[in-house]
This record gives sequence, structure tokens and C-alpha cells, in this order.
Amino acid sequence: MEVFVEQGELMQQGADLPSNVECRRLCVDREQWLQTVQTLSSSAARLLSLWGADDRDRDGCFRIYAAWLLPASVLVLEHPIDDGGLGAATAPSYPGLARFFPSARRMQRALHDLLGVVAEEQERDERGWLRHGGWPDNLYPLRRDADGHQSYPVVSAAYPFVTVQGDGVHEIAVGPVHAGTIEPGHFRFSVVGEKMLRLEERLGYTHKGVARRFQELTQLEGHRLAARLSGDSAVAFSWAYCAALESVTTTPCPGRATLLRALALEHERMANHLGDIGAIGNDAGFAFGFTQFSRLKEDLLRANRSVFGARYLMDYVLPGGVAADLPQNAHSTLLNVYRDLEAGVLAMRAIYGEHAGLRDRLHETGRLGREIAEQMGALGLPARASGVACDLRADHPWAPYDKLLQKLSDKAPLWPITHPDGDVAARVQVRFDELLQCLELCRVLLEEISSPALSGPAQRSVQAALPAAAPYRLGMGLIEGWRGPVMVALETGTDGAIRRCHAHDSSWQNWPLLEYAILGNIVPDFPLINKSFNLSYSGQDG
Amino acid sequence: MIDVLTRMLRTGVLTEPGAGPEDSAPTAEILHNSLYGLLGRALSIRHVDAGSCNGCELEIAALHNPYYNLEGRGVHFVASPRHADLLLVTGPVSVNMEEALKRTYDAAPDPKLVIALGDCASCGGVFGQNYASRGAIANVIPVHLTIPGCPPDPVTILTGILKAVRTIRLTA
Ligand code: SF4
Repeated sequence: MEVFVEQGELMQQGADLPSNVECRRLCVDREQWLQTVQTLSSSAARLLSLWGADDRDRDGCFRIYAAWLLPASVLVLEHPIDDGGLGAATAPSYPGLARFFPSARRMQRALHDLLGVVAEEQERDERGWLRHGGWPDNLYPLRRDADGHQSYPVVSAAYPFVTVQGDGVHEIAVGPVHAGTIEPGHFRFSVVGEKMLRLEERLGYTHKGVARRFQELTQLEGHRLAARLSGDSAVAFSWAYCAALESVTTTPCPGRATLLRALALEHERMANHLGDIGAIGNDAGFAFGFTQFSRLKEDLLRANRSVFGARYLMDYVLPGGVAADLPQNAHSTLLNVYRDLEAGVLAMRAIYGEHAGLRDRLHETGRLGREIAEQMGALGLPARASGVACDLRADHPWAPYDKLLQKLSDKAPLWPITHPDGDVAARVQVRFDELLQCLELCRVLLEEISSPALSGPAQRSVQAALPAAAPYRLGMGLIEGWRGPVMVALETGTDGAIRRCHAHDSSWQNWPLLEYAILGNIVPDFPLINKSFNLSYSGQDG
Repeated sequence: MIDVLTRMLRTGVLTEPGAGPEDSAPTAEILHNSLYGLLGRALSIRHVDAGSCNGCELEIAALHNPYYNLEGRGVHFVASPRHADLLLVTGPVSVNMEEALKRTYDAAPDPKLVIALGDCASCGGVFGQNYASRGAIANVIPVHLTIPGCPPDPVTILTGILKAVRTIRLTA
């Protein structure tokens, strides 16, 4: 196939993949996989996710999938690997991506842990990523003949970290239980004095076997698990899941419900940004910032409870729509909340900008240059704060964002919001700007929700019934959560079952960036830098 | 600086007299007095995430906001289990966190209280048990009290903490 030259031509190939965004699926053999990956690496494509499935029960193959974000669409490559017959001596393998897309490295390790399929790399990292000795070496939980239900005793094995040698170099090991109220993970620092020479992350501690768990749920239950992959991104993940299922069943979500989902998603973004800016202030010794922002966040959560019925929207987005419409007085309640939030955020932005002590701590700290961000395939907020303009709401707008862009007034900057500096201050600034943009957007959404066009009895519906999905269909949901893109690839099984569901958080791409951002900084600044990224553990560990 | 001071004055004191509007919610005074009566000092809590989705953590963090003002009520979150009276544990126990959870439990001085916070911690929640998840906290370490909810809101957490301290005497 010599056609694999131009990206435009690439997109001519293959078939449409049901999704809430423009998406194509291309089935390739080994040669084509190699060629295509190479072509993609010399284009503007960014790796979105890598996953696999055991289809030996159907056609004797394992399948490897990889998804890329292209400028105007998403491309999913599908590569079947014949397992060489039962009991084959060598593990099935595929050409690795890490040479071209460094962010694939950990995904490949995780894929091996779960499915036992090896990525061919010149220097393959053979250490387990999700596998920490909690189940037998020969058990690959996503293989259909594996017993994923059993409990096994933990057999801890050594995990050799890369060591740095030199005069006065020593290591600091932190975690998995951290000193604050945060998720577990392990950080190994190599330091000289207080200067950090190297950081190596070891994650996977919160791996709960969700991919396997999905397969025990029905399609109409999966959104509940999706919402709980990362509690701070419940709306993003449950929406991505529902978008995938609705695409597969070609069920359009009612217009009103689509707007309500966007409203909930923007509330989620605001709540997290408010919390983060306060917590970053706190880590920089500015407790006043924490007090103010944690108050603003609480105000928003209370508003959530009064209009959405819960502070955290774990069960708001459902297949076919949302759990409930807004109550009667929601509009005025929300407009008041937005007004107060805006006043608070503007006042605090001025204070954060002028406070000498804070500026001293935030500027030039934890810098991630644009070049590295691009090379490493950064996504979402950290990418934007390093000057990389990427935001699915602008680049791959899905309903209702496709219509909203032009409705935003001049007051709110258009997506995506970027900052050239790449330091902690830039990540704070992007959050401030996004908050103000969110507020504007929420007002527009409220206006749309109450427009006469949506007030007829037929338009008031917030939930559509889903027809039964045909088996063995793949669908894709892609949502810009507050951290960055959140993806769910869902394959239907027979009788409403989930055959395979892969969820991906952009933290996969962004955790390795933290290892760069800390270089040359001092140990006491690590919490601050880490907080400014605020990446997900649970969302990544799965 | 003027801006900061002005904003402080304008914001005023937000801490609510009760932890929330519900009758059953402990008032600041009751919580404070109960703790003081029982312990004669502040209650030290060590939070342990044993594999949660981070939702429960967000509500624990909310306890520090000025409305609930937990620290002002004689409850103190500490960085080491060795300083803790109570372990507040979230999540289903992931297999990868099992050993760390057990070690944290062992490191806390006796007598120690353990609260399993959230549906997952109480019963395994939506994740249940499998090759990677041990389910409820009680499957791994002894638990004195469970606080259900997904995630439980700050008032529920506060009420639960008080209940645990009241019903189980920490002082020998
Ligand atoms: S109870 Fe709910 S919020 Fe808490 S860890 Fe479990 S899923 Fe997350």
C-alpha cells in the first residue's frame, strides 16, 4: 500500500468510526502499521492512546489499537496479530511506537501487563507498570481465558530505579503513601544538596482492574464505572463513555441534555481549577489564597447540589442523556453564583499577580519548554501552559461546542487558552483565564437552555431511549476534561454486554513531562510543581 | 497587601455554627467539646488513599475550607501515621496498595481507630473484588466504622468522625 504517504490520503482510507468527533478507523497489517506510524510521526499527529484486545475467541487474533489526534480528526489504527496457535512459545508482538511517540512507552508496558502482548523496541523496558507483583506472572487479566476474579497473594519484587552516580548524589524515595490528602504514587528523586537531578515516577498503585470490571457490566451500567475512574473528572469520563455508546447505537442525545452535559462539564472544570489555584497558593506558603479559593469552590459545589442534585456529578450523565433537567429556579441561582465567582476570581487574579512572595515562588519554577512539550506529545492544560494550542473543544468540537464558539462574547477569549512560559505561574494563569472563559460559557449555555426553541414539551426531554447495540461494534467518545482529553473506546458484546472498554486519561501523556519540568529545581519546590500539573493517578492506573 | 487585607475583611468569618443545616450534624461546639473531653487534645487523623478514585479525597479536602474549618474544631490532619489517633481510609484496597496500607496501619500507635470512608471503602463499591482489588478496607485491616456515600459529603464525614470518637474510647 504506497498510499500511506500523505496524511490527507491516510484519512481517505479506512472507514468511519462511530464517535462524537470526526473519526476514522484503519485496519493494517504489520508493514502498514510501521509505515503509517512513521508517516504520522513526521506530521502534526499526536498520540492519543494505545490499547489492545483479546479476540482469539473470534478469529484467533490479538488486536492492538492506537489512536492519534490529527488536526481535524482522529485516526484509529487497528492491527490484528495472529497468536500463532495455542501454546505458542513466543509472546505475540507488534512494532513499538515509543521511538516515534515517546508517550507510548508506559502505555506499552501497561498493555503488556494486561494482555501479554510485547512491543518490539530496541531497548525494551521490561519492568511491569501496572503489575507490582499482585498477581502471577503468567496471568494476563485481559486475556479471555484468564481468571480475573481470583485474588492472589502479593509477591513483591524489586523494582530497579535508574540511579544517578556522582559526588554527593543521593536518593529520596517518596510514597506511595504521601504526606497530604492526595492519591498514592512513588517518586524517586536523585538529588545533590537540595537540587533535583532526576525524578523517576512509579505509578500504578491505584490499579483496580477497571478494564476487566467493565466486561462484567452491561452497556447501560458502564457509565457508572466510567464516572468513577477519576472522581474529579466524573462528567468527562461518563460523557465520553456515553458518547461512545450513543455513537455505536446511533442514538442522538436530546439537544437539551447535550447542553446540560456541557454545563456540568464546565462546572467540573471550574471546581477543579478553583481548587488547584488555591492549593498551589498554599504550597507556595500563601494560605490566604487557599482559604479564598476553597471557599469559592465550596460555593460552586453547593450550587451543584442545588441544581444538579449532587456536589460531585458521579451519576449525572447517563446513556441517552442526563439524570434530570435543571430545577425551576436554577437559572437565577446559577447566575448569582457566577456573578460572585467572577468577582472573586478577578479580585484574586489581581492579588496573585501582584503578591511579591507568590510571584517569587511561581515564576521560573518547574518550567516545561514548548519544544519538549511537543516532542513528548503533551496534551491538555499543561500543553497549553507551554504554548501548545490544543483543546478538543476548539480543535474537534462536538455538540454542543460546535455551535458555541461563535456565541462567546468578546469578553471571553476564544479557545484554546495558552501561555508561552511553561512555568508554574503559566499553569496558574491558564487556569485563571479558563475560569473566566468557563463562566462566560456557562452563561451562554444557560441562555441556550432557556431559549424558546427548547421550551416545547418535546424539547424538554433530557433522555433518549437506547436501542440494543449490535454486537462487536466499536465506538469512541472523546471529551476535553479539565486536565485534557479523556477518551473511551467501547466495543459491544452480545446481549447488551461490554466486550471491551478502554478508558484513557491525558495524564498518561503528561506524567512524564513532570520529570522534565522539575529538572534543576529544588526539592522543596516539588510539591508546588506537582500541584501545578495536578495529574491523575486513578484515572491513569485504571 | 492592602488588597489582601480588604478581601479578608470583606470575606469575614464563614465558619458555620453547625457543620451543616441538618439537625443531626454536630455543632462546632459539640465536636470541639467531645474531642476535648475524650482526648484532652486535638484529634490527629492520617488519611490513607488505598486505591480510591480521588472523589472521596476531594470531600476530605473540603473539610479544610472555611465553612467547615476542621482544624479550628480540634481535628488535625497529620503527615505521618505515627502521629495519628485515627486512620481515615478511602477506596477499595487495590492489590498494589495492600502492603502500604498494612504498613501504615502497623505504624499508627495503639489504640488506633480506623474509619473506612466512602462506598468503596465500606463494601468495595463499583469496583468490587478481582485480581487487582481486595474490595472493602475491612478485608485488609480492622475497621471500626464505615461512612457510606460516593463520595460522602463533608457534613457526613464530620458526623462520622465524631461518632467514631464518641463510641470508641481512644484513651485506655
Ligand atoms: S466511594 Fe465513590 S468517590 Fe469514593 S473512592 Fe469510591 S467511587 Fe470514588
